[in-house]
Amino acid sequence: MATGYFPGCSLEGTAAEFDMSIRCLAQALDLELREIDDWNCCGASAAHQTNHLLGLALPARTIALAAAQGLEEIFAPCAACSNRLIAAQAEWLGDAGVRAEVERAIDMALPAAPVPVRNCIDFLLPHIEKIKTAVTRPLAGKKVACYYGCLLVRPPKVLAFDDPENPTSMETVAAATGAEPVAWGFRTECCGAAFAMSSTASVERLCERILVNAKAEGAHMVIVACPLCHANLDMRQPKGMALPVLYLTQLVGLAVGVAPKALGLKKHITPVAAAIA
Amino acid sequence: MARIGVFICWCGENIGRTVDCPKVAAEAGGFPGVVHAVDYKYMCSDPGQGMIKDAIKEKKLTGVVVAACSPRMHEPTFRRACAEAGLNPFLCEMANIREHCSWVHEEKGDATAKAVQLVRVMVEKVKRNEALFPIKVPVTKRALVIGGGIAGIQAALDIANGGQKVVLVEKEPSIGGHMAQLSETFPTLDCSQCILTPRMVEVAAHPNITLHTYAEVESVSGFIGNFDVKIRLKARSVDIKKCTGCGLCAQKCPQKKIPSEFDEGLGMRTAIYTPFAQAVPNKPVIDRAHCTKFLTGKCGVCQKVCPVGAVDYAQEDTFVEEKIGAIVVATGYRLYDFRNGEKDYGIEGYGEYGYGQYKDVIDGLQFERLASASGPTGGAILRPSDGKAPETVVFIKCVGSRDCAKGLSYCSKICCMYIAKHAMLYKHKVHHGTAYVFYMDIRAGGKNYDEFVRRAIEEDGAVYIRGRVSRIYTRGDKLIVAGADTLLGGAAGGRVEIEADMVVLATAMRPQYGIEALAQKLSIGYDEYGFLTEAHPKLRPVETNTAGIFLAGACQGVKDIPEAVGQASGAAAKVLGLFSSDQLEREPIVARVNQSQCVGCFYCEQVCPYHAIEREEKRDKAGNLIARVAKVNAGLCQGCGACVATCRSNSIDLDGFSEEQVFSEIGGLR
Repeated sequence: MATGYFPGCSLEGTAAEFDMSIRCLAQALDLELREIDDWNCCGASAAHQTNHLLGLALPARTIALAAAQGLEEIFAPCAACSNRLIAAQAEWLGDAGVRAEVERAIDMALPAAPVPVRNCIDFLLPHIEKIKTAVTRPLAGKKVACYYGCLLVRPPKVLAFDDPENPTSMETVAAATGAEPVAWGFRTECCGAAFAMSSTASVERLCERILVNAKAEGAHMVIVACPLCHANLDMRQPKGMALPVLYLTQLVGLAVGVAPKALGLKKHITPVAAAIA
Repeated sequence: MARIGVFICWCGENIGRTVDCPKVAAEAGGFPGVVHAVDYKYMCSDPGQGMIKDAIKEKKLTGVVVAACSPRMHEPTFRRACAEAGLNPFLCEMANIREHCSWVHEEKGDATAKAVQLVRVMVEKVKRNEALFPIKVPVTKRALVIGGGIAGIQAALDIANGGQKVVLVEKEPSIGGHMAQLSETFPTLDCSQCILTPRMVEVAAHPNITLHTYAEVESVSGFIGNFDVKIRLKARSVDIKKCTGCGLCAQKCPQKKIPSEFDEGLGMRTAIYTPFAQAVPNKPVIDRAHCTKFLTGKCGVCQKVCPVGAVDYAQEDTFVEEKIGAIVVATGYRLYDFRNGEKDYGIEGYGEYGYGQYKDVIDGLQFERLASASGPTGGAILRPSDGKAPETVVFIKCVGSRDCAKGLSYCSKICCMYIAKHAMLYKHKVHHGTAYVFYMDIRAGGKNYDEFVRRAIEEDGAVYIRGRVSRIYTRGDKLIVAGADTLLGGAAGGRVEIEADMVVLATAMRPQYGIEALAQKLSIGYDEYGFLTEAHPKLRPVETNTAGIFLAGACQGVKDIPEAVGQASGAAAKVLGLFSSDQLEREPIVARVNQSQCVGCFYCEQVCPYHAIEREEKRDKAGNLIARVAKVNAGLCQGCGACVATCRSNSIDLDGFSEEQVFSEIGGLR
């Protein structure tokens, strides 16, 4: 089955290491990824808050392209991208009028059946057994705090992914590497997201709460699956915190023997080396 | 010649708003056979019934059609009126122009046309009605009460004190139910045990009550006045006749680490145990799932120490069969399982409150055990994790209740009161402590109830916070309760975080596990949540739609103690009313076999759900067997009509709903 890969803008910029780790990991696990040809911006918060139709049309074009290119599902590692693709698709699936309007806007036909869209966790979940057998460097003894943030599980009715108040799927994937997920209280709390630009102090306060709780529960590192969560938690750490923040794919990549450099671990602001030694 | 009278009811505005009643009456007046047709605002009222009675006499009516509400509502009313005027009650029929017409339509013209049709159909039927006479059946004057909580105890005592026999069945080893677990009761703070245990003793000692504990209803057949009930007496492994209740066995039992159900897992019990010291009967049972003797074959200590030789490992489940005239269901409630959720009902647990992984997050019944003098801490409020007195306790209301996302949209009703009580009890015992209560609304409707809540707030200083808790997490040995105070505005946005030592969740009240299976055994209804359905939500709250089966307590819907007791007494009054005569009258809507036509295939026997088909042998004068034919036992037949539809020689008909009547109804449609 061909999976369409939709990196989105973050993975070409601030989250380049997310992209690196995904490509290495896919290769290591022998998973076929085909980048959607000519994909475009998902719109993220900017488009759907400016113009509703634009917010639907941008993801629609990428979905229509994927379908036209014979891709049966889309892997959108960025939480905002997967969220927008799923939310937009849900709108036209139940409403022929919306579908017609969106098709007119993009001048393309939308696929009749929904194209499944997977976030980073959802993409790895079916391959748990494969990961377990591929582990060459078990991360036993590494305590990890899995952090979901908001967009991976919310809004629950649209995404229908995991328990929105107490998700556990990332822990399932992390545990496959031999690492030990810790029970902690801030897994779905807000990291402050895009307020990093307009209200940096708020984001620092929110990130501190999250990191302090993770550390208090004994975590050696925080695991994320969203570029914005990563940027905030990695960059906005209080003095002396030094709690590395890794993408889920980096964690799994390490366990299956991919070189840290190839996973882009050196690109983080908070040094990772000591935690993975 | 038929002389039919038609009476159209407005039901105030219920029908009159949507159906042009005078027009229906005018049309009906023109139907063949109708000699009298009128409309009136409230036909069920005294003047309305008077109109019917007068018309029967003056117009010499041979049949009556009342077009009004559902026959479920008022058929008995109008049939009684007809009977009083000398007309056989089964010559009166109802056309349902309310539930089946005015309530479900909006357009007056269409609704009126439909009402005319419904009346015409019933006129055609009633022309072919025959006078029927009630079937008399004997009444077994012995009641079965299922469930030995406060509702079951009250119902049993009231019936027994009314002079009738009662069989009380309780699935646990002791009667008492949840009330026995409670510390003190709102709104008077009297000790639950002190008001309950004397009644438990009274039940055990009452000459009219047969008590079966550690027993369950296995099967129920029959009908009002004549139920056959099979009761499974689960193997206690203790001969209850020999046992003196000395307690030596439990003292010596080496298996001491079994979480006690009575203490809600906060205390431990042995494998041979009585649930609590004041249990009735005060005789132990062996919990075979945890007993070393049953698990490994070794041990046998209890048998060795028993001075009277009452311990019997070989005991097996036995059955008793009872003839019963009426049944009171009083199976009570349980609390919503916030730890695991209830996946069978599509309900997830409370992951955000830790799914029960925090030892110091407990539910309301657990708090009752902590506060109770008979509890594991002797009444001291100590938190389960380390046995320290909590300095700060947070109470969270509506956990599960009033939350469509969790699948339970109803209000559990008792929590507002018991949480106020808990806050009070806590403050009475830990004077310097702080009690916070997160609430959505305070619902304290009841005698002296609101005053009680005000006391908790104003005199005992419970801090009430209007808002929900989003999350509970730990910081060191503290539980951090993060929530919203929706009455607090400002920059903080109403966010509050409380460092607590213990959290008490007021989890939703749910019907007992297995209620659906029991309801099916009894052929009574239950709602989407499993609460048993009363015959009428206002006017018949203790009856079910199955004659002779009554409801008491929280199995019917959330209730506190006074309400449960009130309903139990109501159910007992219904039972005593039923037992006040030796014979019951049953509706004569039963199947009848045309035996000269019956070919004796007995397909009817196979489809009859009530085992009402009997085989009869026909012999000639010389005594030679000439045929075996079907016969209906009118006492058992419920008039369902399954045999009528199945009969391949068309030899069975249903009195009151004969094929001729039904086809005439259909023929009446235009």
